[in-house]
Amino acid sequence: MSLAVIDNPFTYPDLSRVPAVDEVGINERVARFQSRSIKTDSKMAALRLVLSMIDLTTLEGQDTPGKVRQLCQKAIHLHDAMPGLPHVAAVCVYPNMVAVAKEALAGHDINIASVATAFPSGMSSREIKLEDTRMAVAAGANEIDMVISRGAFLAGDYRYVFDEIVAVKDACGDAHLKVILETGELGTLDRVRRASVLAMHAGADFIKTSTGKIQPAATMQVTLVMLQAIRDYYRATGRMVGMKPAGGISTAKLAIHYLVMLRETLGNAWMTPEWFRFGASSLANDVLMQIMKQTTGRYQSADYFSKD
Amino acid sequence: MATPENKLAFDGGWEYDPAPESTDHVSLKKRYGLFIGGEFTAPQSGRYFDTINPATEEALARVADAGEADVDRAVRAARKAYSERWSRMRPKERGKYIYRIARILQERAREFAAIESLDGGKPIRESRDVDIPLAAAHFFYYAGWADKLDYAFPGRRARPLGVAGQVIPWNFPLLMAAWKIAPALACGNTVVLKPAETTPLTALKLAEVIADADLPPGVVNIVTGAGKTGAAIVEHKGVNKIAFTGSTQVGRLIMRALAGTPKKYTLELGGKAANIIFADAAIDQAVEGIVNGIFFNQGHVCCAGSRLLVQESVADEVIEKLKDRMQTLIVGDPLDKNTDIGAINSRMQLDKIASYLKVGEQEGGAMFQTACRLPKKGYWCPPTIFTGVAQSNRVVQEEIFGPVLAIQTFRDFDEALAKANNTPYGLSGGVWTDKGAKIFRMTSGIRAGVIWANTFNKFDPTAPFGGYKESGVGREGGLHGLDAYVDLGAR
Repeated sequence: MSLAVIDNPFTYPDLSRVPAVDEVGINERVARFQSRSIKTDSKMAALRLVLSMIDLTTLEGQDTPGKVRQLCQKAIHLHDAMPGLPHVAAVCVYPNMVAVAKEALAGHDINIASVATAFPSGMSSREIKLEDTRMAVAAGANEIDMVISRGAFLAGDYRYVFDEIVAVKDACGDAHLKVILETGELGTLDRVRRASVLAMHAGADFIKTSTGKIQPAATMQVTLVMLQAIRDYYRATGRMVGMKPAGGISTAKLAIHYLVMLRETLGNAWMTPEWFRFGASSLANDVLMQIMKQTTGRYQSADYFSKD
Repeated sequence: MATPENKLAFDGGWEYDPAPESTDHVSLKKRYGLFIGGEFTAPQSGRYFDTINPATEEALARVADAGEADVDRAVRAARKAYSERWSRMRPKERGKYIYRIARILQERAREFAAIESLDGGKPIRESRDVDIPLAAAHFFYYAGWADKLDYAFPGRRARPLGVAGQVIPWNFPLLMAAWKIAPALACGNTVVLKPAETTPLTALKLAEVIADADLPPGVVNIVTGAGKTGAAIVEHKGVNKIAFTGSTQVGRLIMRALAGTPKKYTLELGGKAANIIFADAAIDQAVEGIVNGIFFNQGHVCCAGSRLLVQESVADEVIEKLKDRMQTLIVGDPLDKNTDIGAINSRMQLDKIASYLKVGEQEGGAMFQTACRLPKKGYWCPPTIFTGVAQSNRVVQEEIFGPVLAIQTFRDFDEALAKANNTPYGLSGGVWTDKGAKIFRMTSGIRAGVIWANTFNKFDPTAPFGGYKESGVGREGGLHGLDAYVDLGAR
């Protein structure tokens, strides 16, 4: 979008003003972020920040209440051998597991995120998607991760996608809405940028790269394009939108590269779990291992870190 | 809600700790002689000067100041090596020596990168990722041509010229040495090379590499000194070809000195390139291109995109985004891996840049600099842009050779092209647009030797480089670069 000030941030956007994206340039910029060398205290601060930004996730057909309770236990007790660690930002589950998570997390300041809207494909009617959303919110989810209708988007029916997000946002009530673009199915960075603009104008509190069910999931390239869209939208409207890359971020090193990219694209205001999340299942343990390494000078066996 | 105050904050918060490149692997002698006839020898002049680290103002080593007698000795050594060994050697064998230089450079890349940053002030990220790998690539590339000159010039007989006198600048010390030496050697010439007086160390380390590669003595001679030493090379009667990279001012003096002599010459001189951003460009990537165009190597780049021409409908947006991006540029210790902008190469250059900043403000330009913390010692200039300037401003017309960008707007294609060409220089240019047709129209309209489309400051040994108008004579690099070092005889 151009930087022209927009009075109502929730109107259908002028998509002709969405700027082009050059993939070669994006790759070069990403390489620059990756060449930043993060050491000592700034590395430790980054690792702790990453932990606090994680949406600890389990989204399997084979999930059970027991599995979800384990995950919640992990969310609260990341690694008790190391006192003073932050807890994760949220636990992310399917709608029918929300009640279990709510009970397991009672009394803790950890958000409950639920996927909804016929996740992960979104291949259902609007009524079903809205009902799915209402069900998750009613069960106690305070964050909803919806998927956009990629079929409609790719066919050029942007209005359908926009209206659907508006409707889901309405169904969310007070729950925060994260809109999953499923960038792995969008094909080009130009489409990622366009979908980001649509989602933000339709009321997304967060935009999110992926379901984790499609490859490629989150990449630094698509995340950068989305961060730039967030920045331009903020410039134009004054409304901050959060960012959640999800899927494929499993090492502390890569997560720190994302933080570098976040800092140098959106600045300090976004460097909190309120505005940035990592959707991940195995990232936490690698970060914990690095924190122990930074603290003790030695790598510990992976078996010292609980896998839930 | 919506206000123009929706600024991003880049200061404070999470910051990067220092990540300095180690210098344990760097070995520098206290004093360097002249590399003549395959060994380091004391200068007959008896004089030495200090080469200093521009980030700390501390001396790194003492370096010989070659006088006329020393230059004469170097040219004689080069002539002897030319007549007795190098021009008679089978081309394939010449190629092997050049490959060997390339491989040793790669092996010692870390040491060369550190020295380049110590002596010249450029960030280690650039010397590590650009200067040293590209220098090695040039040797690799021209090594391949050594035994294939018949294919470079089909139907012609390419003979070497003899002794090449080469004078190089301080902005890319090792890379410029490679640009000059590699094609000269591949074509069978021998060399007397003078590095710049503020950055002689990597050329002297290259002399060590050349000795280790076992090149016949005298094939490459490296003499250090300032302008007088350079003049002695240019004026020496035993030199067959002059290759110079540096200012247009010195280039004029050299052309004058060479007029009426049989010496061939190539000159790669100054520039004031237009970087043109159309409204339909990928704006965020174009902003990155502006940064790479003017802040790469502290703006000490002859082909720097020092004039930004931006289409008026996106001008405010581009400038706002550029300012944001500038806030994230880290200025400081060249050896820190996170440094984006290192030290200005010398006190003299810093003074020159400072005088242009004053001129720019006096002329009524609006100056913006980032609020970065600069080290107390050393030579520093924060990234700077001028808006509200016109073609008649000196900061738009003259080469500043520092991290200083002059920004103008344009309304349509023709105005952009006219402004781009309204300069005595013609070295490079940049075009940013999503439309292929506009790229072709613009690139064929700009009178400049190198034009980048949707990128900037990209270099490759296979690509010819050189200027139109007062930006120079001849081409270096690629197939065209061979032409400058061969005699094709009469047809």
